[in-house]
Amino acid sequence: MTVELGHFALVLALAMALVQSTVPLAGAQLKSLNLMRVGEPVAITGFLLILLAFGALVQGYVTSDFSILNVWENSHSAKPMLFKITGTWGNHEGSMLLWVLILAFFGALVAVFGRNLPPSLRANVIAVQGMVATAFLFFILFTSNPFTRLIPTPIEGQDLNPILQDIGLAVHPPLLYLGYVGFSISFSFAVAALIEGRIDAAWARWVRPWTLVAWAFLTGGIAMGSYWAYYELGWGGFWFWDPVENASFLPWLAGTALLHSAIVMEKRSALKIWTVLLAILTFSLSLLGTFLVRSGVLTSVHAFATDPARGVFILMILLMFIGGSLALFALRANSLTAGGLFHPISREGALVLNNLLLSTCTATVLIGTLYPLLVEAVTGEKISVGAPFFNLTFVPLAIPLLLAVPFGPLLAWKRGDLMGAAQRLQAAFAIVVVVVLAVYFWVDKASVVAALGLGLGFWLIFGAITDIAYKAGVGKAKVGVMFSRLRGLPLSVFGTAFAHAGIGVTVIGLVSVTTLETERIVLMQPTDVVEAGGYTLRFKDITPFRGPNFTEDQANFDLTGPDGRRLGEVMAAKRLYPARGMPTTEAGIRTFGFSQLYVSIGELTANGLVVHVWWKPQVTLIWLGSLVMMFGGILSLCDRRLRVGAPTRRKAAIAAAKG
Amino acid sequence: MRSILLAVFLFALSAGFAGAVVSPDEILDDPALEARARDLSAGLRCMVCQNQSIDDSDAELARDLRVLVRERLVSGDTDAEVIEYVVSRYGEFVLLRPRLSARNVMLWGTPLIVLVGGGLLAFTALRRRSATRAVAGLSPEEEAALQKALEKRG
Repeated sequence: MTVELGHFALVLALAMALVQSTVPLAGAQLKSLNLMRVGEPVAITGFLLILLAFGALVQGYVTSDFSILNVWENSHSAKPMLFKITGTWGNHEGSMLLWVLILAFFGALVAVFGRNLPPSLRANVIAVQGMVATAFLFFILFTSNPFTRLIPTPIEGQDLNPILQDIGLAVHPPLLYLGYVGFSISFSFAVAALIEGRIDAAWARWVRPWTLVAWAFLTGGIAMGSYWAYYELGWGGFWFWDPVENASFLPWLAGTALLHSAIVMEKRSALKIWTVLLAILTFSLSLLGTFLVRSGVLTSVHAFATDPARGVFILMILLMFIGGSLALFALRANSLTAGGLFHPISREGALVLNNLLLSTCTATVLIGTLYPLLVEAVTGEKISVGAPFFNLTFVPLAIPLLLAVPFGPLLAWKRGDLMGAAQRLQAAFAIVVVVVLAVYFWVDKASVVAALGLGLGFWLIFGAITDIAYKAGVGKAKVGVMFSRLRGLPLSVFGTAFAHAGIGVTVIGLVSVTTLETERIVLMQPTDVVEAGGYTLRFKDITPFRGPNFTEDQANFDLTGPDGRRLGEVMAAKRLYPARGMPTTEAGIRTFGFSQLYVSIGELTANGLVVHVWWKPQVTLIWLGSLVMMFGGILSLCDRRLRVGAPTRRKAAIAAAKG
Repeated sequence: MRSILLAVFLFALSAGFAGAVVSPDEILDDPALEARARDLSAGLRCMVCQNQSIDDSDAELARDLRVLVRERLVSGDTDAEVIEYVVSRYGEFVLLRPRLSARNVMLWGTPLIVLVGGGLLAFTALRRRSATRAVAGLSPEEEAALQKALEKRG
């Protein structure tokens, strides 16, 4: 019964979305306030209906209702409760429902918090958001319905893919989708502005916080996915340049560019046309990513051709939205007037450079991801584009971008002083030189590349500190003045500094682990010893263990530190999930400071157990840096100027007081 | 992340992600030769996997290829000769970094085109705009408004 209720709610949500995508739009054209106002309650109701549908599906999973095809395919009654719930979106149908739930959630947010937007802009934004929701609700109902019943009802389900039975599934997809789909708001704003043919700094002030929210979530989602893969897959890799990863990385790159160009537009009302285009492209890349991972086209072009229903449907959605918005852009872009002037050496100039390099990075990842598909579709030949290609093309583009980062915030708007900025960065530069030399001469095995790479990370961190120090007047003003200035700095200045320093932290982690890692592969008998990074592991024994829905062989090791101190045991295991007959590897990981000792076991052969041990120096900084970046984004979001409505309310209050 | 993401998104996961991949009996005694073998392996695709290198895959075919690479290295091949040998047997599909050829010119060219083209575009747009604005100066209406404002103050 609940299932049918959920199904019904989803159909009703589609009806709502249809109203939402037409009535407010007509209202804006006819200048009818009443029609425009229809958008808000409909958007909120639509969200509540999808929430109801989602809740019904979750309930199906929680109660292991195997009369639902989707639950039977992806769940098992012996599965722990957490994984029953998270399993709701651990499959195609459920995750599309989550996608559309988040889309409707953002639409409802605009309806609730957009009260002080100009009515026609708000109506258009809500309508565009409704169009996207309509398309995806159609997709779910016609090709991926999670509420299909199964008769007769089986007694037991087929269980969830074992590697998804992890806390990661509770966090990673929702975060990733909040980011992915969050960019739909920037897209809707861009399209609405094009429909109106008018765009101003207020528009940018509106778009920036939404972009920031989406960006912060996407940053967290990608980092979380990377860490999950790192500990779950058992070989210690954290980024593979796989098409599926690239699909999430592309909107992140474009979204980062969008964040920066929106600043120029808000502060200087320049780069309007470009910002609108970027907003469209960013969400288009989100849609492209959805197409790539949902259609099966990545497995092979042929797989796509044999079961094309879903793929073709998403491809049509993709063409409709990207094509439509770009056509609208081509028609209307000229009506957007160009804004403030600036000298190439200026904050604006630096942000243009940022956008140029980030766009090139995006194009590089995009072409690398799509090229094998294009070649196969056109010529039938198969080629591979993998990590070596991306490392060779992406890294050389990222390095100049990162080198330039500390200069940006130190340049003035309109016309900056590059020499002055360089002088202010002298102290940071001196520290970096010391770090590079120290690493090169004192750290074991450090190559020139390692030293310079770590230097780049420190350059970003100290560059960010320089920015804050300069703006607080360190060295010039008295201590008391310095502190009051520091307090007076807008939060977005700290947000920028944290985000930039966060990249530095991530760079340090990436460089350390790729250049200074130690790897040992050995065959071990009980009492055998292996050493990595100064830590010694002594193989004790293998013990069997029985979990709720798996069995595993646990290999136990005694761990001794570099100083000979005993540090307890490390356990690594091979696990088997009988429901799917699938083995997984559970790595044993111990964290020391920012570094980790990573133990993974392989086959048990006649000559002993295959043991893989890595010493991964500073590896956790990769993800901690992402958290710092996220924190920067959130700080920026808390800036008063971005808390939309605050200035208006204040103005109104002042007016009232005066009156 | 591949297998997880594929599992999350594609639900078409094949086996092939068990932990320790390179097994101890494959490892060469000469550390320099072994390091070269690892580097080469990272650039060669496991033919039966999803975009995995033979260094990352525990598929049987990947193992055979790893052993083959090591055999060639031991028999004295240079890195280029090993790659050439593997490509002659399995085709260019096996290379994770496609060669620069007529077919792949768009792949390698796109980053350069976007960078140079975008740079030129940004530069000329900047130049043109500052030029037109500087010459155009204020429009008559703006001039009048300015005059009015100045008079008001004066």
